[in-house]
Amino acid sequence: MRYLDEYRDPRLARMLLDRLRRVATRPWRLMEVCGGQTHTIVRQGIDELLPAGIRMIHGPGCPVCVTPLETLDRAMAIAARPGTILTSFGDMLRVPGSHTDLLALRARGCDVRVVYSPMDAVALAQRHPDRQVVFLAVGFETTAPANAMAVLHAADLGLANFSLLVSHVLVPPAMTALLDSPDCQVQAFLAAGHVCAVMGWTQYEPLAARHRVPIVVTGFEPLDLLEGILMAVTQLEQGRYEVENQYARAVRRDGNTAAQDAIRRVFRIADRAWRGVGTIPAGGLVLAAEYAAFDAERRFDVGDLTAREHSECIAGAVLTGTREPTDCTAYGTICTPRNPLGAPMVSSEGTCAAYFAAGRTRAAAVPGIVQ
Amino acid sequence: MSTADLLSGACPAPRRESERVLLGHGSGGRLSAELIADVLVPALGEAAVPGPLEDAALVTAAGADLALSTDAYVVTPLFFPGGDIGRLAVHGTVNDLAMRAAMPLALCVAYVIEEGFPLEDLRRVAASVGEAARDAGVRVVTGDTKVVNRGAADGLFVVSTGLGRRLPGTAPSAAGAVPGDVVLLSGPIGSHGVTVLSTREGLGFEADVRSDTRPLHRLVEAMVGVGGEALHALRDPTRGGLASAVNEIAQASAVGVEIDEQALPVPGAVRAACEMLGLDVAHVANEGCLVAFVAPDRAAQVLAAMRVCPEGRDAVRIGSVLAEEPGRVRMRTGVGSRRVLDMLLGEQLPRIC
Amino acid sequence: MCLGIPGKVTTTDRDDGLLMGTVDFGGVRKLVCLEYVPGVRTGDYVIVHVGFAITLVDAVEAERTLQVLRAMGDAVAAELGEPLP
Repeated sequence: MRYLDEYRDPRLARMLLDRLRRVATRPWRLMEVCGGQTHTIVRQGIDELLPAGIRMIHGPGCPVCVTPLETLDRAMAIAARPGTILTSFGDMLRVPGSHTDLLALRARGCDVRVVYSPMDAVALAQRHPDRQVVFLAVGFETTAPANAMAVLHAADLGLANFSLLVSHVLVPPAMTALLDSPDCQVQAFLAAGHVCAVMGWTQYEPLAARHRVPIVVTGFEPLDLLEGILMAVTQLEQGRYEVENQYARAVRRDGNTAAQDAIRRVFRIADRAWRGVGTIPAGGLVLAAEYAAFDAERRFDVGDLTAREHSECIAGAVLTGTREPTDCTAYGTICTPRNPLGAPMVSSEGTCAAYFAAGRTRAAAVPGIVQ
Repeated sequence: MSTADLLSGACPAPRRESERVLLGHGSGGRLSAELIADVLVPALGEAAVPGPLEDAALVTAAGADLALSTDAYVVTPLFFPGGDIGRLAVHGTVNDLAMRAAMPLALCVAYVIEEGFPLEDLRRVAASVGEAARDAGVRVVTGDTKVVNRGAADGLFVVSTGLGRRLPGTAPSAAGAVPGDVVLLSGPIGSHGVTVLSTREGLGFEADVRSDTRPLHRLVEAMVGVGGEALHALRDPTRGGLASAVNEIAQASAVGVEIDEQALPVPGAVRAACEMLGLDVAHVANEGCLVAFVAPDRAAQVLAAMRVCPEGRDAVRIGSVLAEEPGRVRMRTGVGSRRVLDMLLGEQLPRIC
Repeated sequence: MCLGIPGKVTTTDRDDGLLMGTVDFGGVRKLVCLEYVPGVRTGDYVIVHVGFAITLVDAVEAERTLQVLRAMGDAVAAELGEPLP
């Protein structure tokens, strides 16, 4: 496949690793922000090839994993009502809420369906005028334009049976929250390439300057990640802290302005809870007042449903790199990939899930080493 | 059931995953294995046969070495590019017998039909069963037909049972792999699963791909001809894909397996579909290929014999068996690192991140 | 996050008021919303996420990235006095 295969060349990957070994003179801790990048790192085993001392801290993962318990509980309360079709992305369906998950709810007779695109949910609403079709709209900035278009299109079509349960999160506020944390161990960031394809990177410039932290906008293929890591480590070694763009084939400084316009029309910025992290000020999007009619929370009156996260979970500390999964009393006992509590166990590439898959137990854990 | 009941689970055991069968229990991955190990086999008590789960059972009757296998076929849609449920029902059972080095002697085919099912479609499926059986050189000796109320089945289910005669001088078993064995794969992976996925509501895409459904017993016969007892384990990676098949053998044989990701033959359209949906091709279903664990001194001859057969034309060596890390499968990645290749957990779902 | 893969736009069309098009991912074709890449032409490569083209692939930049990497590779090989494995 063009523009994928070229960036998986094993020879160039070895070259980048060799280069990295020459550039890195001391240990550095980098965070890849995006779950898609973590996916490549884990699937290709890139973290095991890095020079000793270069440690990747897996970031908040993906919007699926940070979707708060109460949003999931609300989705399930809606799905349990007769006459509704609850739709979402495939990976959202197995994420547990307080009591159950959407796949189990489907097994109990609720109409829960996987869609590839939010527009498929709009089409479903057109085909089933007698049913209420609800789309559980999760996502970072990358997905926001798609979800915005679903609302705009449904409004154009005059669909009264389509609504969105919105759990949109924003990346820069989350990075700010991480950097503001006194325990933060992250010394440089690989920014999420597709988020930046939509938003550009100007938002990251003040962040890099204020926290003196290099930020490299990075793609998703092995060579992209290795080059992004090399660029970030080079900055660290040289004492620079700039925003650089590794993913130049897809990302422009100002991003995609048409997509940004749609986001601004349909959504407004609001505080948002992240699973296992807590509430991040201005950390998400909600529907703008003009489109409140498409808000499933209002339509189904589930806005008051609240849920409490498990007190033992230390997901926030794992995400900031201050604690290891094996430091957590819940790890491997009440929290497993089958029955996860926090975001890093929900995602198969999350730090806790990766530890679990590698068979690491609390007793056998080696402090301070993340692989 | 009230909304509150639904959300609280409403069952006495406080298990979050609920005491109900999920679609994922049928996906050929970890949930399927648990259902069999925790619910179905223990219920048999002394009526169960000890040992690993195999594609077909070995039976000796009246001095003949036989193999017996049964399988139920459910697929949506019933007709897809490259095949239909009728062909699957014949090929699947013929292949399960072949994985124990048995050539098919006889098949039984049962149809469970939903009231209102178009007769025309039933004729097509029945014709397909006939054609596939003739092509495989096996007779359908008995069968059954049931019709259930509308809504009690999804159109048509087919169950087939096969009896096979074992080839002498070999007894491949899921527990037969030993360190040093070479892992061979008979052909490209992922075509069947991607073909079926492409038709799903909500995922719909057009792909230049057809199901690989086909009988494999002639290929196995050719392999046994040169490999004999050096064929330690055979498995056709159907539901759950290559990853499940290899993990099952690694566990049953208590060996480690290393697979070379770069060696896996993946058709372009299959790869593109997996990239688009975020699926691991090693978890995608196949209906026309097999993995073989072969003693190293005979692997080259077996591979050459496979490549002579049309079903094994693209056969390749994909890995090897290790003594280390018994029960675990490692994948050597494109950039030269290693990662755990795990079984599919439950249902295969597209990802967005 | 955000699974996005590059594909080639093969047709464009207006459907229900939306700019849509077929994107070929190398043997897989999918109908994709092109509203956010309004200047797109057939033959262009776009990155598709959940059924939307979110950006155009810049062919020049794509080639430049690879050239930089290949040049680095050649430099490393020259330093080592042998080709990289």
